[in-house]
Amino acid sequence: MTMSGPLLEMRDISKAFPGVRALEHVNFSVREGEIVCLLGENGAGKSTLVKILTGVHQPDGGKILFEGRQVRFKGTQDAFALGISIVFQEFNLCPNLSAMENLFLGHEAHGRWGLLACRQMRERARRAFAQLRIAIEPDALVRDLGVAQQQMVEVAKALSHPTRILIMDEPTSALADEGVQRLFGIMRELKGRGISVVFISHRLNEVLEVTDRVVCLKDGQNSGEIETKAADQDRLVSMMVGRDLGQMYAQRQGRPADEIVLEVRNLSRPPRIREVSFKLHRGEILGLAGLIGAGRTEVARLIIGADKTGSGRMFLDGKAIEIRHPSDAVAHHIAYVPEDRKRFGLVLGASVRENTTLTIHGKILNRLGLICRAAENAITDEYIHKLQTRVSSREQITRNLSGGNQQKVVLSKWLAIQPKVLILDEPTRGIDVGAKTEVHRIINDLADRGVAILLISSELPELLRLADRVAVMRQGRVTAEFPRAAATENAIMKAAVA
Amino acid sequence: MGQPLIGILRRLLRRRESGIFLALLALMAGIALLQPNFATANNLYLVSRQIALTAILALGVLFVILTSGIDLSLGSTVGLSGFMCGLAMAAGWPTVLAIGVGLLTGAGVGAINGAIVAFIGVTPFIVTLGMLGAARGAVLVLKHGDSIREIPSSFIAAANGNLFGLSVPVVVLLALAVFSQVVLQHTAFGRRVYAVGGNEEATAYSGINTRRVKFFAYVLCSLFSAVTGILFVARFQSAQSDAGKGMELDAIAATVIGGTSLMGGEGSVVGVLIGAVIMGVIRNGLVLLDVSSYWQELIIGAIIVLAAILDVVRSRRRG
Repeated sequence: MTMSGPLLEMRDISKAFPGVRALEHVNFSVREGEIVCLLGENGAGKSTLVKILTGVHQPDGGKILFEGRQVRFKGTQDAFALGISIVFQEFNLCPNLSAMENLFLGHEAHGRWGLLACRQMRERARRAFAQLRIAIEPDALVRDLGVAQQQMVEVAKALSHPTRILIMDEPTSALADEGVQRLFGIMRELKGRGISVVFISHRLNEVLEVTDRVVCLKDGQNSGEIETKAADQDRLVSMMVGRDLGQMYAQRQGRPADEIVLEVRNLSRPPRIREVSFKLHRGEILGLAGLIGAGRTEVARLIIGADKTGSGRMFLDGKAIEIRHPSDAVAHHIAYVPEDRKRFGLVLGASVRENTTLTIHGKILNRLGLICRAAENAITDEYIHKLQTRVSSREQITRNLSGGNQQKVVLSKWLAIQPKVLILDEPTRGIDVGAKTEVHRIINDLADRGVAILLISSELPELLRLADRVAVMRQGRVTAEFPRAAATENAIMKAAVA
Repeated sequence: MGQPLIGILRRLLRRRESGIFLALLALMAGIALLQPNFATANNLYLVSRQIALTAILALGVLFVILTSGIDLSLGSTVGLSGFMCGLAMAAGWPTVLAIGVGLLTGAGVGAINGAIVAFIGVTPFIVTLGMLGAARGAVLVLKHGDSIREIPSSFIAAANGNLFGLSVPVVVLLALAVFSQVVLQHTAFGRRVYAVGGNEEATAYSGINTRRVKFFAYVLCSLFSAVTGILFVARFQSAQSDAGKGMELDAIAATVIGGTSLMGGEGSVVGVLIGAVIMGVIRNGLVLLDVSSYWQELIIGAIIVLAAILDVVRSRRRG
């Protein structure tokens, strides 16, 4: 590992889009065999910088030096030729093809007669996976792989070309802790081989754990740079937001009531869910911990009727209820904020107003049976105000909102049904630190006002901060339950894996 | 005094439809310059009547396309509904009842399309392609390919007559346009049609029965086709076995030209009306300019593909 001049240097990079100055005089460098974190809130300019680094965008000003020589990327293939690869936040794999086929997509090996040399590719795929110490059968369909394994295929794909710099855009956001550790193992391995990694993540503990150096952006400008050895969470947070986020770690002080709002008995849908039972009290936040694939999302989907009914019984306010479709859940004031908000949460092409009232069409009709615009506007404005959603107007298209504000619109549409039970599935995934704090505050307030909340989260600090009680799932079963006082990261992790 | 007017103008210009509206004006001006016969009262009357029949289909298929579906059986539904209406008339049924038979036939076709698409989950393209053949086949089976000429003259006179100075088809079109606008913009059903096309999964998760929404979109679409079918009977003074053949092309093209996204969730009644007028004016212009009918087909086909390309470019710009 040489520590001489940087492998890549971006100097004084500026980039403007119509109406936005995305980057202003940004400097960024990568040394050989170094893991650099590019840190910043959503909208800080990280994506734009990465797009310039990979040749998607061309900078308006500044220059890029590679091994000390100035280079100009006219398109992605120029960056690619220098060995700059990227693993995207959203996977770019074809689920209907095998791991091997994905690995060689676009540069398949050919044998005689121009036919595919499958045996050769299979062997090379096996070697590529072995090198990363991952157990994936080359012929397994990507759709059958877990999220973590899909990610590994992505990494292997990026590395199947001669790679000098690997950019990983929020690679851990979809991974549970074990997957994260394996990914970190791979990153360290690459580092050992002299390959540089640019790591983009919102999870500060991960940044502190795996990176060598942190470069922070804020509002399109450099806002700090620090060797990771010398950094701690508070320091990183203040670089990101320029303000102290002490309240981010404030413990919830709620006191749930004794009355049971939702009781679930022996919910089963083998093989994913087996005999799950729990009680949810008025004003309580019940945390649901577990690894990815433990069946937590499946429990939520079963409760709201998104999947075909399994077996088991549910009681709302002591009365047995039956839910066969999400419309039944809505009628019973049970709301579900899904993990994948772009796919299940929002109609992205529709406005804030249209999304907010999507759940309550029946309640805003006038005497002629037509939708009453005034009522609609009033409800939309009410939630924009209550959740402090930052929108240019209620007619703004939700596609153009930041992740945090999109999540607030999803919350709005569910608060509009006056939920008794609110199920939150990874409510702060992929949203920046500032918005995260606000979402936590909203969750807390809702519980204080009597909403019974089931909080599914893979971030243990989040669970510990918010939950009154934590239940842990493993392989479709609830394996442990801790009151707030007894819930520690260690105890929860043990119940989740052991 | 001038200030609010400028404001209104600016808002109009910012609407998606303003671009194609200006294109329409330019097109009409161009044709009028090349062929003075275009801008005569008589020609415009005939053109508007022709456009109305296509535009009604286009309005109907707008509902389906908004849900990100497609209906290729429009033309055959026109044929079958008109034929059933004609059969009822020939059997001596009162005109109102015969019209009811036509409409019911349309609703039935739509219900079959909708049920297979929404409840069984077959791709709309295949379902309605099948219906395109099946409905036309049904017409041929009914009278071995013959047409029905026993149409009451009172019906022919009424449906070919005028109301408020406009031909009956144009009046029917305007009524259906107002109906569609109200349904799409001001009812829960309309809102859901857009939502289903924008993101079906998120809409279902919001507690909306998306299958029912899709089902009724197809029923409405075929009902509109039936209206055109019945108007056709009056126009030809008979129920022809090949009535409506190929009309799905013009109708879908009009919808897309009018700014409706084939991916669903975007489109408007006003846009569809403008699109239909553009298609009608182009067809009429080609006739007036003595372009051979072979060339006409080629040109119309090219325009349809062009409109589809425009749709893709538009959605790409949205990113």
